[in-house]
Amino acid sequence: MKTFGGPALFLDRADINTDEIIPAKYLNEITKQDLQPYMLEDLKLAGFDPQGEKTREARVVVSRANFGCGSSREHAPWVFEVNDITAVIAESFARIFRQNMFNCGMAAIELPKEKIDLLFSYAGYPDTSIFVDIAAQKINVNGGGKGEVLPFELSPFDKALVLAGGWVDYADQKY
Amino acid sequence: MGKTIAEKIFASHLVDEPFAGTKVVRLDVVMCHEITTPIAIDDLIARGKDRVFDTGKIKAVIDHVTPSKDSKTATQAKILRDWARRHGIKDFFDVGANGVCHALFPEKGFIRPGYTVIMGDSHTCTHGAFGAFAAGVGTTDLEVGILKGVCAFREPKTIRININGTLSKGVYAKDVILFVIGQLGVNGATDRVIEFRGPVVEAMSMESRMTLCNMAIEAGGTSGICMPDAVTVDYLWPFINSDYPTKEAALKAFKEWSSDPDAVYDRVVDIDVTKLTPVVTYGYKPDLVKPVTEMAGTPVDQVYLGSCTNGRLEDLRVAAAILKGRKIAPTVRAILSPATPQIYREAMHEGLIDIFMEAGFCVTNPTCGACLGMSNGVLADGEVCASTTNRNFMGRMGKGGMVHLMSPATSAATAIEGMIADPRKYL
Ligand code: SF4
Repeated sequence: MKTFGGPALFLDRADINTDEIIPAKYLNEITKQDLQPYMLEDLKLAGFDPQGEKTREARVVVSRANFGCGSSREHAPWVFEVNDITAVIAESFARIFRQNMFNCGMAAIELPKEKIDLLFSYAGYPDTSIFVDIAAQKINVNGGGKGEVLPFELSPFDKALVLAGGWVDYADQKY
Repeated sequence: MGKTIAEKIFASHLVDEPFAGTKVVRLDVVMCHEITTPIAIDDLIARGKDRVFDTGKIKAVIDHVTPSKDSKTATQAKILRDWARRHGIKDFFDVGANGVCHALFPEKGFIRPGYTVIMGDSHTCTHGAFGAFAAGVGTTDLEVGILKGVCAFREPKTIRININGTLSKGVYAKDVILFVIGQLGVNGATDRVIEFRGPVVEAMSMESRMTLCNMAIEAGGTSGICMPDAVTVDYLWPFINSDYPTKEAALKAFKEWSSDPDAVYDRVVDIDVTKLTPVVTYGYKPDLVKPVTEMAGTPVDQVYLGSCTNGRLEDLRVAAAILKGRKIAPTVRAILSPATPQIYREAMHEGLIDIFMEAGFCVTNPTCGACLGMSNGVLADGEVCASTTNRNFMGRMGKGGMVHLMSPATSAATAIEGMIADPRKYL
């Protein structure tokens, strides 16, 4: 069964947009792999370094409301994918970004504000890791010698897409 | 219980409901440009599925960077061009015939009331001005659209916005939509269709309605939508006059695509725009909106007039009326990018291009160009642009650049003064 996760990257701001995730000037790249060095390049956030070790090691992103707003570019999920980040957990997502994640077989998980606050309380520990179990619809967070299990909601369609590895094959077989 | 126009369109196009809450709908138009489509094409080839569901329903244009500025963008254009030729897609618009997608495709008459439209572009919501459900999607949804002619959505709820009152002099559709976004917030309409209603919308041209719907996404909306009426019929008449015996017959058919009086809305917002003044944005989010009077005097380095929001003939006319016989400030550079070749030519015939050039504008070919900071007017670090586009995100028009969104009239006044200026004194 599909489980995503590992070290977590905390981006403590609402409305992080797709221009910040991958600037438009790199949209002339032809392959997903070519996007790899540019992840979150234009994001200005206290304590965040796009080239830093924490960013490089991250496998999960945790953020606030309306994550992924702005352009429809699927380059935003792709730049995460080629940097081995396969799940984003946030209070809410912009529609297109959210669907793009599931369409690529990755996870965009919404949690209520108090649960997101709880995850952020782990941001200070150097060893925080988060695992997302899609089939069981549970998040495991561990760090600073403690841990928690948080259940989450997921639409059955989005779950089917992640488990099928994406929308293209699913649709081609069915329609 | 009555239905909204979006519910009617979904019901009439429903192909499957694989799970509760997910609707797979049949698509009438799938639009493609050279930034988000090439990777879909390459992926289809890699999967051994280089097919298209219907050559007549696919429309393609090279618009974001055109003519190509380097070998990478030339490769993107080539992938799209080769694909369009390979599949015999006749509605493909290459250098010379190309313009900004959301201005070009309506002008070609491709959109009808009741249609479902997708594109790998967030401002696809523009086409809702025709009473269509039009949504931006990512590359994978686009790929499936190209291959199978379907797309999956959570059926959106509808926010109805009644725009009442009358617009004062110097206040335009752009000011209205910026004000609405300021009210809703940047995610106030996520998973919602925004239905624009009321006397102000009914009095608007199709161009102004497109400006409204274009920015629905800036409040997170899936699509903007207007009710089809006589204005819609007049606009589309050259394309439909062999389908209907009279305009009245067309209007009757189009009216089928209207929300019922007893339709159920997620939210109804009443706005009176009578006291609305010209507005501009002041931060890095499109919901940060202030009256121009509070921002007047802010120096700018560049003025940009164009894009799918405000690069249409109506916009050029308004700006030219202000610029006529005047010069732009020596501290500013101003760029006009008419959104399509037809707009460019009509502006030329009307003498507008002369007015812009005499004022000191650089007039570029139709392209997205500087709107997304890819070419034709990218900002340097720390520079400020007064722009008629739709996004003011940090770095949108160039790394470290600042964008103030405004109407074409306000941008023209700003060009004259070299700082943000109230257009009303020039009218
Ligand atoms: S003009 Fe700007 S917003 Fe419109 S399609 Fe082009 S890049 Fe996107």
